[in-house]
Amino acid sequence: MSLVEPETIEELVARNKELIKEVLEVYPEKTAKRRAKHLGAYEEAKSDCGVKSNVKSIPGVMTIRGCAYAGSKGVVWGPIKDMVHISHGPVGCGQYSWGARRNYYVGATGVDTFGTMQFTSDFQEKDIIFGGDKKLSKLIDEVQALFPLNKGVSIQSECPIGLIGDDIEAVSKAKAKEYDKTIVPVRCEGFRGVSQSLGHHIANDSIRDWVFDKQAGKPARFEPTPYDVAIIGDYNIGGDAWSSRILLEEIGLRVIAQWSGDGTIAELEATPKAKLNILHCYRSMNYISRHMEEKYGIPWVEYNFFGPTKIEESLRKIASQFDDKIKEGAERVIAKYRPLMDAVIAKYRPRLAGKKVMLFVGGLRPRHVIGAYEDLGMEIVGTGYEFGHNDDYQRTTHYVKDGTLIYDDVTGYEFEKFVDKIKPDLVGSGVKEKYIFQKMGVPFRQMHSWDYSGPYHGYDGFAIFARDMDMAINAPVWKLTKAPWAA
Amino acid sequence: MPQNAENVLDHFELFRQPEYKEMFEKKKQFENPTADAELERVCEWTKTKDYRDKNFAREALTINPAKACQPLGAVFAAVGFEATLPFVHGSQGCVAYYRSHFSRHFKEPTSCVSSSMTEDAAVFGGLNNMVDGLANAYNMYKPKMIAVSTTCMAEVIGDDLNAFIKTAKEKGSVPAEFDVTFAHTPAFVGSHVTGYDNVMKGILEHFWDGKAGTAPALERKPNEKINLIGGFDGYTIGNLREIKRVFASMGVEYTILGDASDVWDTPTDGEFRMYDGGTTLEDAANALHAKATISMQQFCTEKTLPYIAGKGQETVALNFPVGVQATDKFLMELARLTGKPISAELAKERGRLVDAIADSNAHIHGKKFAIYGDPDLTLGLAGFLLELGAEPVHILSTNGGKAWAAKVQELFDSSPFGANCHVYPNKDLWHMRSLLFTEPVDFLIGNTYGKYLERDTGAPLIRIGFPIFDRHHHHRYPVWGYQGALNVLVWILDKIFDEMDHSTNEVGKTDYSFDIIR
Ligand code: SF4
Ligand code: SF4
Repeated sequence: MSLVEPETIEELVARNKELIKEVLEVYPEKTAKRRAKHLGAYEEAKSDCGVKSNVKSIPGVMTIRGCAYAGSKGVVWGPIKDMVHISHGPVGCGQYSWGARRNYYVGATGVDTFGTMQFTSDFQEKDIIFGGDKKLSKLIDEVQALFPLNKGVSIQSECPIGLIGDDIEAVSKAKAKEYDKTIVPVRCEGFRGVSQSLGHHIANDSIRDWVFDKQAGKPARFEPTPYDVAIIGDYNIGGDAWSSRILLEEIGLRVIAQWSGDGTIAELEATPKAKLNILHCYRSMNYISRHMEEKYGIPWVEYNFFGPTKIEESLRKIASQFDDKIKEGAERVIAKYRPLMDAVIAKYRPRLAGKKVMLFVGGLRPRHVIGAYEDLGMEIVGTGYEFGHNDDYQRTTHYVKDGTLIYDDVTGYEFEKFVDKIKPDLVGSGVKEKYIFQKMGVPFRQMHSWDYSGPYHGYDGFAIFARDMDMAINAPVWKLTKAPWAA
Repeated sequence: MPQNAENVLDHFELFRQPEYKEMFEKKKQFENPTADAELERVCEWTKTKDYRDKNFAREALTINPAKACQPLGAVFAAVGFEATLPFVHGSQGCVAYYRSHFSRHFKEPTSCVSSSMTEDAAVFGGLNNMVDGLANAYNMYKPKMIAVSTTCMAEVIGDDLNAFIKTAKEKGSVPAEFDVTFAHTPAFVGSHVTGYDNVMKGILEHFWDGKAGTAPALERKPNEKINLIGGFDGYTIGNLREIKRVFASMGVEYTILGDASDVWDTPTDGEFRMYDGGTTLEDAANALHAKATISMQQFCTEKTLPYIAGKGQETVALNFPVGVQATDKFLMELARLTGKPISAELAKERGRLVDAIADSNAHIHGKKFAIYGDPDLTLGLAGFLLELGAEPVHILSTNGGKAWAAKVQELFDSSPFGANCHVYPNKDLWHMRSLLFTEPVDFLIGNTYGKYLERDTGAPLIRIGFPIFDRHHHHRYPVWGYQGALNVLVWILDKIFDEMDHSTNEVGKTDYSFDIIR
């Protein structure tokens, strides 16, 4: 098939349809039928992206997805820094996720803070055969003996736990009583659900059941103010929550909790006292936000702190929930940072304008970062979610242009083919994908870990984002991939 | 405002600016932090003998282990065969982890598929996942072979790989004659080295014993070739290339079983090679006829080697040969097995290595080291340190057990420098932390996770092991053979000299000892 650069929307849609048809040819019929529903081109004015989502991945296709354990331990619970999170089961899951997520914190690791440690019950055959509850109970004793300053324990279930009939809830209850500490059993076994996503949900529910319910009636540890807000769904990757918090405080709000990057159990407990929950990663924490709305009457707003356009919009949206003092604060902050943003854009836009980007990330960034790219004059030509649901694809319609290629739970094969044919100037995805595309000569940035850079949130973060995208695309190495003597 | 467009500050500098420092202070009031004095008290207590005793009394809790689970080793072994796609039967999250883990170490893609079992498969078994999975993987990724292993989910529910693969073939997922090997790799038994062993054995069994009853078993017709198995090795790129050079230098005909040195080192030239190099399937089958098999890592081949020996081959097990004598032994075994003399080229390299040691050993002599890692790696490194006149006082392994500990003790007993050294089987890095506080050493050797130990205890870390995530490209250098030992020597020396400079560079205080010639 000839891939002329599409000039009109019709050509673009036709090309994307052709591309989809082509990749589907490789599959056995049954699989082709199933995968067809996850691939599409966005059509303007439709209410979603026209793709199916949040269903099981197909065996053998090389899905990029992870599991519920990753969603709970890796995403929601892991960043709570003053608790000990036990990877309960065999050694692997905890080992591979150990320290890999860059959810920054400050604290005395190993003494009162435990974020970058790997605690595991390291199941052996006898634990599988006879059950692991006794081991778990002893293990919690050992945690208390060696880490007396811990503020709680969470039990992150790995696959075997749910299959051997252990009662981790009973153990948790007994031990919580014995030590008068929060101990949270989480049923996030990797075989539950279809991706990380159910793990987020299960983890959210465990906070509701094992943290909030215990707090009922207890007073706040601080004097409340009308400006108390909680940041929800920011995992502080490379410091993202910090470069967000600073703006919220600058406009006059008081942040009483960070969920869950650089978070503490005290902050989780205090959140029902917030006046407003502000939600960044909708996918991973909408559940608890809805719960707090129903139970405690706390409203929530979604926001987006990627790139000046979205930051301005979001600051105004958040401020609109408060009085004039905060609204003026938002305007003041927007005005204060505008020269910085102008300078960043003046420096980088000429180097990046017109560059085409393809994304494939988790449950939020496939849409949320689009504005930041557009602030730099770049264009998103394809995007998709590892574990988005239909409500994410609905929200995506506010970000993408007509004809954009959409791929849900993309397979290794599809992604490689799409990139090979579309030839974007940049791909943003994860570490499993990075080296594939770089070998193809396509610049790449990891968009989960910020490729060990960051923060990317907030005004301070946007400057780094712009620098990094420039560094990726305009690196001299991409001119060296072809030997000069080769035809 | 700390940020500016001209000099963009990222996480390294940004959060040290006064605006952020002030913000962190304000955040504290919501964190319910421990009082400074109490924090200080507990922090100091964790460094004591009392804490060490409690720490070593642990029975249930593992903290910061230095091992991974079986299927990781399974994938390692599988990708070493020509155009082979590892297929891990069970839940899919594990596979995402293995792929990320290898990519973070090698800075390379790792292709591997999962049968994506979910809750219904937990109830009904994963047969359908196997049937569909094999068909999809075969059609999409056009492998020459698929190597099936298992996550702990499939093991707990007891899926039968042999039967499942048969059924899948009957249902036409892959052609009947297509090579699908299998090995059960339960994560709750052993570690990644066990998984490597199981898959290596599974692949050989497949080719040698009649492809799970679908072909006649091969009959061994002995030839003069030598098989070599590298084992699970973070330096596999550099090491296997070095081994090939050694074989060539001695004119030895060989087969490397499981050669991932190309697939984890493909060029950036515009093309993604999902498969590259590897042991051909023909060579894997013909390896049966070899005269002998050398395993570079005994504890990675505890089942594979006896299986091979059972076929009538002579087998030799080494322990990650680093250094002069370990390489001597490797070469002499090779000479003995093949009847070929050790080449003059290698003899000269040996001399050069000894020359380098003679030049530099004064800086290493008597220095105390702690080492942790896989069983064979720690044995190999400890042997080399003893040759250098260093004292490897703490040798620790999470996946090394009694048999390993006995071997390490034997090594200690063979050298006067081993007199004050101790071995710690089945212990983790939190045990190591206590050891480093209560019996300090001059240097620590281990993988990337040792940086937490370095930060807490001050023991300077020399990164040798797996995984290495935070330093680049060392896996491209060999650590085996005389050339490899030279690399290890240089890495150790670099750290020693850097430390010397760092501890003597205060003007007006330590102007002495800040020598320009060392
Ligand atoms: S679930 Fe089991 S097989 Fe999978 S990563 Fe965890 S320990 Fe390993
Ligand atoms: S931002 Fe994306 S990658 Fe991060 S937790 Fe949310 S969904 Fe996952």
